[in-house]
Amino acid sequence: MKLVTAVIKPFKLDDVRESLSEIGVQGITVTEVKGFGRQKGHTELYRGAEYVVDFLPKVKIEVAIGDDMLDRVIEAITKAANTGKIGDGKIFVVALEQAIRIRTGETGTDAI
Amino acid sequence: MEDIVQLKYALDTFYFLMCAVLVMWMACGFAMLEAGLVRTKSTTEILAKNIALFAIASIMYLLVGYYIMYSSTGPIFPSLGMLIGQENTLDAVMAGGDDAPYYSSRADFFFQIVFAGACMSIVSGAVAERMRLWAFLLFAVIMTGFIYPIQGAWSWGGGWLSEMGYSDYAGSGIVHMAGAAAALAGVILLGPRKGKYGPNGQINAIPGCNLALSTLGIFILWMGWFGFNGGSELKISDIESANNVAQVMVNTNLAAAGGLIAAMIVSRLLFGKTDLTMLLNGALAGLVSITADPLSPTAFGALLVGAVGGVIVVFSVLALDRVKIDDPAGAISAHGSAGIWGVLAVPLSNAEATFGGQLLGVIAIFAWVFLASLIIWSVIKAVIGIRISEAEEYEGVDISECGMEAYPEFTGNK
Repeated sequence: MKLVTAVIKPFKLDDVRESLSEIGVQGITVTEVKGFGRQKGHTELYRGAEYVVDFLPKVKIEVAIGDDMLDRVIEAITKAANTGKIGDGKIFVVALEQAIRIRTGETGTDAI
Repeated sequence: MEDIVQLKYALDTFYFLMCAVLVMWMACGFAMLEAGLVRTKSTTEILAKNIALFAIASIMYLLVGYYIMYSSTGPIFPSLGMLIGQENTLDAVMAGGDDAPYYSSRADFFFQIVFAGACMSIVSGAVAERMRLWAFLLFAVIMTGFIYPIQGAWSWGGGWLSEMGYSDYAGSGIVHMAGAAAALAGVILLGPRKGKYGPNGQINAIPGCNLALSTLGIFILWMGWFGFNGGSELKISDIESANNVAQVMVNTNLAAAGGLIAAMIVSRLLFGKTDLTMLLNGALAGLVSITADPLSPTAFGALLVGAVGGVIVVFSVLALDRVKIDDPAGAISAHGSAGIWGVLAVPLSNAEATFGGQLLGVIAIFAWVFLASLIIWSVIKAVIGIRISEAEEYEGVDISECGMEAYPEFTGNK
């Protein structure tokens, strides 16, 4: 199993969610985050005092999937979240050791 | 004939009461304005300060404040006495003549409480995010019970300032500049928020957490000001008074508008973008500026008075930061700097006021309130301390003074 984490632009959430659901991914966790990669921030003024806006609003999505789905999931997220402009985000894949469905106690791929 | 007298009395009383209600609503305006300009971790405490100070003002003004302000017999030294005396009797009203009361004396008291409350609430915005709640409330007791009424007695109470010709229709000096003077004394003794000023003269931004609340607050203040200035005509039941009230409300509105637009243009030119908080302070400064005389100017005159106030407040905010006076809500600038302008602008449209009389009023009120406040703040500081600790400030004054967050997440039960 794999845990796929993607940090994307907030307005792309609906597109990504739809394209994941089209390939059969059934669960997703979403968090509002802030971050930056190589995309630089900028300075603004608040009542005349300068402050730095480094962290940009992003959305982090996490999906737990079986190994067989990995390539399709990466492709789905990439296609849906891509705008071609700086700040599109990143996808991280980690090996998921165990998953449990709390209601039924199912484990492994039965749980995701 | 008697019916007409009864009706006029009732109308004037009603008018007073409704204006007082509008001014009371300004307490909500201040609370919202300030809550939006501080960080989330300071929101609960500033709301507690704002609503508690109004209650304290109501009580202290009942106990001693009103007597000091309106029953003092000497021109300078206040007469100390208590409570609010008797209501007008039917006979006293019907007797007629110049001395006969024409509206309820309780209504007069009620109207004046809310002005005392307004003066005190100016202080809470300037000392936000780092003052001990009870130190502030203790100061509020002294300010609304003694400091404010004593200088109020000098002017509205018929004392020496009014004898010297000081003219202040609804209180640019008596209420607003006075509040700012008390705030300045407090802020000087308190010090700036941690992290506001850097070691090399940097001024760091600490953005407010909820500008929607702050804007709501300014709209509420704008609306309440129609009662603040409108009610200060003190009468509506004849043609002249009614016309005056209308002029006052028109001028009040235009001054706010002028202040906002002027501040908007200045800040746009200075900063390159439109700082909403400067718009809000600009409207407030416009309102404060016209408060010394919203009746005499023409509509365009009022617009200009407000506009100058709007320009002043922007530069005042920047200047105070330069000298490390940390004022999260811009209260000292909007009420003090604009208040001084408002008082001094009166002779421009009012032939009965003199620049000398106005200047005297500014100096006397500012000196009295500032020095008295400095002493009281110092005493409170020595006895119980006025500032929260550094660790408490880091965690947030909401936790240290109120034990609760304004926006709690992840709280659990034992």
